[in-house]
Amino acid sequence: MKKAKLPSTIYVLLVFAFLYVPMLIVAVYSFNSSNSTGVFEGFSFRWYQELFKDEETIKAFYNTLILAITSAVTSTVIGTLAALGIDKMKKSWRRSGIMTITNIPMMNPEIVTGVSMMLLFVFIGSFLRINGVLGFWTLFIAHVTFSLPYVILNIMPKLEQINPNLAEAAQDLGCAPGKAIRKVVLPAIKPGIMSGFIMAFTLSLDDFIISYFVSGPKFQTLPIRIYSMTKKRVTPDMYALSTIIFVVILILLVLVNMNSLKGEQSKEKGAVK
Amino acid sequence: MNKKNLLRQKLCAAPHLVWSAIFIVVPLIMVAYYSFTNAQGEFTLENIYRLSDYTDTFLRSLWYGIVATVICLVIAYPLAYIISQMKVRVQTTMMMLVMIPMWMNFLIRTYAWMNILEDSGIINKLLGLLGMEPVHMINTGGAVILGMVYNFLPYMILPIYTVLAKLDRSLIEAAQDLGAGKIRVFSKVVFPLSVSGVVSGVTMVFVPSVSTFYISQKLGGGTFALIGDVIEMQFQVSNNFNFGAALSLVLMVLILICMAFMNKFSSSEDVGGGMVL
Amino acid sequence: MKNNPVVIDLKNISIELGGNKILENLNLYIRDKEFITFLGPSGCGKTTTLRIIAGFLEPDSGEVIFGNKVVNGVPPHKRQVNTIFQRYALFPNLNVYENIAFGLRLKKMKESDIRDKVKEMLALVNLNGFEKRSVDCLSGGQQQRVAIARALAVDPKVLLLDEPLGALDLKLRKDMQVELKNIQQRLGITFIYVTHDQEEALSMSDTIVVMDGGVIQQIGTPEDIYNEPKNAFVADFIGESNILDGYMLEDFKCKFSGAEFECLDKGFAKGEAVDVVVRPEDVDIVPIEKGMLTGVVTSVTFKGVHFEIIVDIGGFKWMIQTTDYEAVGNKIGLFIEPDAIHIMKKSKYSGKFGDYSSFSDEIEHLSDIVEEE
Repeated sequence: MKKAKLPSTIYVLLVFAFLYVPMLIVAVYSFNSSNSTGVFEGFSFRWYQELFKDEETIKAFYNTLILAITSAVTSTVIGTLAALGIDKMKKSWRRSGIMTITNIPMMNPEIVTGVSMMLLFVFIGSFLRINGVLGFWTLFIAHVTFSLPYVILNIMPKLEQINPNLAEAAQDLGCAPGKAIRKVVLPAIKPGIMSGFIMAFTLSLDDFIISYFVSGPKFQTLPIRIYSMTKKRVTPDMYALSTIIFVVILILLVLVNMNSLKGEQSKEKGAVK
Repeated sequence: MNKKNLLRQKLCAAPHLVWSAIFIVVPLIMVAYYSFTNAQGEFTLENIYRLSDYTDTFLRSLWYGIVATVICLVIAYPLAYIISQMKVRVQTTMMMLVMIPMWMNFLIRTYAWMNILEDSGIINKLLGLLGMEPVHMINTGGAVILGMVYNFLPYMILPIYTVLAKLDRSLIEAAQDLGAGKIRVFSKVVFPLSVSGVVSGVTMVFVPSVSTFYISQKLGGGTFALIGDVIEMQFQVSNNFNFGAALSLVLMVLILICMAFMNKFSSSEDVGGGMVL
Repeated sequence: MKNNPVVIDLKNISIELGGNKILENLNLYIRDKEFITFLGPSGCGKTTTLRIIAGFLEPDSGEVIFGNKVVNGVPPHKRQVNTIFQRYALFPNLNVYENIAFGLRLKKMKESDIRDKVKEMLALVNLNGFEKRSVDCLSGGQQQRVAIARALAVDPKVLLLDEPLGALDLKLRKDMQVELKNIQQRLGITFIYVTHDQEEALSMSDTIVVMDGGVIQQIGTPEDIYNEPKNAFVADFIGESNILDGYMLEDFKCKFSGAEFECLDKGFAKGEAVDVVVRPEDVDIVPIEKGMLTGVVTSVTFKGVHFEIIVDIGGFKWMIQTTDYEAVGNKIGLFIEPDAIHIMKKSKYSGKFGDYSSFSDEIEHLSDIVEEE
């Protein structure tokens, strides 16, 4: 395998070039001084300045952030509780049934998830005779729903890894059952909860398809704002925006990976004794 | 743990169960309900009959999805294999690099390709500089498939890599030890053991490819409408929720059939093996 | 020990888990300061019994009595017993000090008292200076010591140990056995110990409870259990045994393997069928003409202190442990003293054990591993 190094290096470079060139183009044109997204005429921060002057975009940005935080917190709480409960269920049809339903939003095409929730909201809206039911709350519900499987999926393996006697040991030493979970089990699965939360957060930030169907004109998120702008001719301020989002998510990702790397290293240290 | 506490802990799952029932199960029932009713809420099969008008669209979506998935697999497998053979530290960095594009908004990523492929886009400008004739690329089926491959390639690399990285090296050595050559080691040991990764990769690329609408709008210029486009139109433009629901229902069933077909090839349980950050 | 008050009394305990009867009408009392061991193969109900005492399981019927109080329904955190778990169950988010202080903090002790107590406990388990270490960085033996310190810190009256040495290697296990016994004697508290390792049970316990299939097979001192096994199961599980079909001719006289023997047992009916146990080390090899039984050597294994010889006597394979070498194929005579013959009543285990012709040992060992996985 060592002999074949050069061709495989070239191959890896080619694939990465394919993946990164379009993104590079976005980043480069975000610094373009002209309003073309095709010709680079000079370096400037013009589009970043314009971006910060665009009130609708700024508002959409705040909306996205609020939505991401609230939905990620909610799905993390519900998901953590769910994982604790499901973990105690025996491996039976009931457990696998619950897991299957949990995973539906992950397996179903996003457009179907979006459409199905829209139908529910519109149905309830017409039932209650509310006009314009689509808004923050429908987005919130949708985002919590599609984040839940990812949160649970991140926590379950951690729960299975921890010593099954951990909670019992705490009770044995005088802890009431509920307190034992808080003092011992939750700290032990914290890495899973954290990565579940971050995943829910980034998924919410990035989601377009599902949001597109369950959002209304009153509450726009950034991806939806981007969509409505790409319907017309795009100016490079969208490029500036996505460069910023990209950098923010990049930092988040690096932080998470460093965190998990640190965890692994301390575990390795333990294994060496 | 005694029974009362056990029950109490199981009850922790209750909020999730209620949530899932209301916001996952009921919406799917709504899709079925709308599919078989008209705007007045009366039972009808009209929506189902009308589906036949869109047979071409369904077939095109399936075809594009399959082509994009196969291309992704062909590109991703060697890459995942090469990465899995690298030093562990390099592997982590490489996988970070694979995942990073996933986090740039896919609308923007797709739009960037528009700039590249346009008749007056970057590629044609480069060709012009080299004194060559411009090539028409945008608004073709190829451009749509390119967009799918570009957007969903990481979803193929990730699960295949995860499986290959976990592969026990001693198995390969054992096969070599027993006299298997490189090709045999791959076809008899490595590939069969990585099928579960391939299956989840294929699922993760195929499902969004078949159901996409934005990519075909931007890179296909509306001339290559896919099933996602038709659904989107029913809900956002023509406000025909009932027919849109019927289309969604069929899309869902189609994908279910494809997945069941896929799963016949592997009885793996860890679909979603690449779902970790 | 015999006169110490009873601290734990289990009365008619039965329990089913997942549709399987795990314990059936179990009766047992445990005296203060006793080192009592539940011994038996995987799935015999020994851990279940321990978990019932700790309060992690509620029996379907029967009473658990601490002192003179029925404690059925009292949750684990309100019981005056503490447990050492099989894989220690140290809290990974807390360091050694905080692990040991865990129970003390719940008791709302003063911080200075906690500090003293933790120090005392660390000294007890020979881990002075380990306070700040993370529990992930400790070896198996050290983790075990922390687990012991953590449980003992809250001054339990009774300590429950669930195969605490199972995950340690042989050498360390032997050392910890001695250490545990020392700690128990020094602190004068009751230890209830669960193991499937008969050597461990024999060397540490005051009392051994041999269990199988959710039923107590025998309770007694290690000497009693070894020398006077009550049935074929106990005889086979504790040490090596040749178990033969025989019958009593009269008091002090029995017949097996086609020969008559004197023995020390009486009170059986004339002609009553019995199981006869002869320990391998109690058989002497003598010249053929002096032998009470004769047989052919079929295998010899060097075991260090002795040879393990399998002898075919009339189709039944005996195991003999001896310091004399005999080559395979030799015809030898066997001599058995009357006090080496133990007579047992027939039980459901009769005829299941005692012949060394098969690889039964290895097979048993393999199945043990599978069950533990």
